[in-house]
Amino acid sequence: MTANGQIKIFTLKIDGKDVSARSDQTVLQVCRENEYFIPTLCHLEGLSNIGACRLCMVEVAGQRKLLPACTTMVSEGMEVTTTNDKLAHYRKMTLELIFSERNHTCSVCVSNNHCELQYLSQKLGINHIRVPYRFPKFAVDASHPYFILDHNRCILCTRCVRVCDEIEGAHVWDVSGRGIQAKVITELNQPWGSADTCTQCGKCVNVCPVGALSEKGRSVAENTKRSGFLPYLTARRKEKI
Amino acid sequence: MKAKIATTWLDGCSGCHMSFLDIDERLLAIADRIELVYSPLVDNKVFPDYVDVTIVEGAVASVDDLAKIKKIRKHTKYLIALGDCAINANVPSMRNPIPVQEIINRAYVENAFIHDVMPKHPALPELLARVMPIHEVVPVDVFIPGCPPSNDTIFYAVAELLDGRIPDLTSKTRFGA
Repeated sequence: MTANGQIKIFTLKIDGKDVSARSDQTVLQVCRENEYFIPTLCHLEGLSNIGACRLCMVEVAGQRKLLPACTTMVSEGMEVTTTNDKLAHYRKMTLELIFSERNHTCSVCVSNNHCELQYLSQKLGINHIRVPYRFPKFAVDASHPYFILDHNRCILCTRCVRVCDEIEGAHVWDVSGRGIQAKVITELNQPWGSADTCTQCGKCVNVCPVGALSEKGRSVAENTKRSGFLPYLTARRKEKI
Repeated sequence: MKAKIATTWLDGCSGCHMSFLDIDERLLAIADRIELVYSPLVDNKVFPDYVDVTIVEGAVASVDDLAKIKKIRKHTKYLIALGDCAINANVPSMRNPIPVQEIINRAYVENAFIHDVMPKHPALPELLARVMPIHEVVPVDVFIPGCPPSNDTIFYAVAELLDGRIPDLTSKTRFGA
């Protein structure tokens, strides 16, 4: 966008092909519009982008470092590479590290067969994890009347934190600790069931890409997530419909 | 010459072997091309000196498993990790965050209604502190994820190996499948 808020049209190259984009778009948006595959976990249409999962890394000509497509704005004449051996190597390694950090036991997970992490592992051709698993000890918070939080499955994408803050406006969720100690918490690390600020809307559960947040009393097959409502909510609020 | 095939299970539930048997009549189609030299399905108690393909189900959880998999690797050309337990330690590894003695105590003393003593016998293999996927212990040549992998997937993998190709199973199976 220019200083007076005008949107310009840029031309850039994705994998050698010319595409046009609005100046207020991210590289990820333009790639997806043009049907280039870029894996993501923390990104979700309708939420702010934070570039946390590092799966959407792309190469941009003239840049020494790889850049996350979700937080990189397009620019005129930009040359983006979405797929090559180096990117495939890093994306695989990133996913493998996510698997090794917590206890993602797909076979007995509430999100088995409708999990974004599981789906991407197959899509990227991962059939084993090359680094040793950490097998950390994590608790399950089942104190909420309707929902369950299982830290064993959490990938720290913070979609729950963002949807609760940006869309629901309740900001029940946050992240406590740093690095390997980081975990999502409700209120000031109180049991979810005692969180007075929780409106019980279930948005966090529906945007969770894995089995970390799920609905109580539903079978594995029934515990599918519905996040399609988000882009509409965001768009409608922007237009004040 | 017939390909020498072996199968075995470590810490698993034998579900992968059940899925293997679900190949059903297609097993007959490959029967004249293979010789099953060692398996829970045949009577041989000693692992042979040379095996072309060994299919291993289950994770490495005890000193017994550890010795077995090392021996198997030594005498096997292609080692196949069959199923999630073999590949990511799966359900057996759910004990990993808890110390071994606490687990055994819970099972045999705390929750026992009769005869609450810690099991101790020379025939009982000692549990490792941490259940591991096979490839953390020895190199693995082919990974077939799934809990269990479908009979079609296993058949495809075996057929490919018999034809001298390393199977690409990316589109056929995944963790938890």
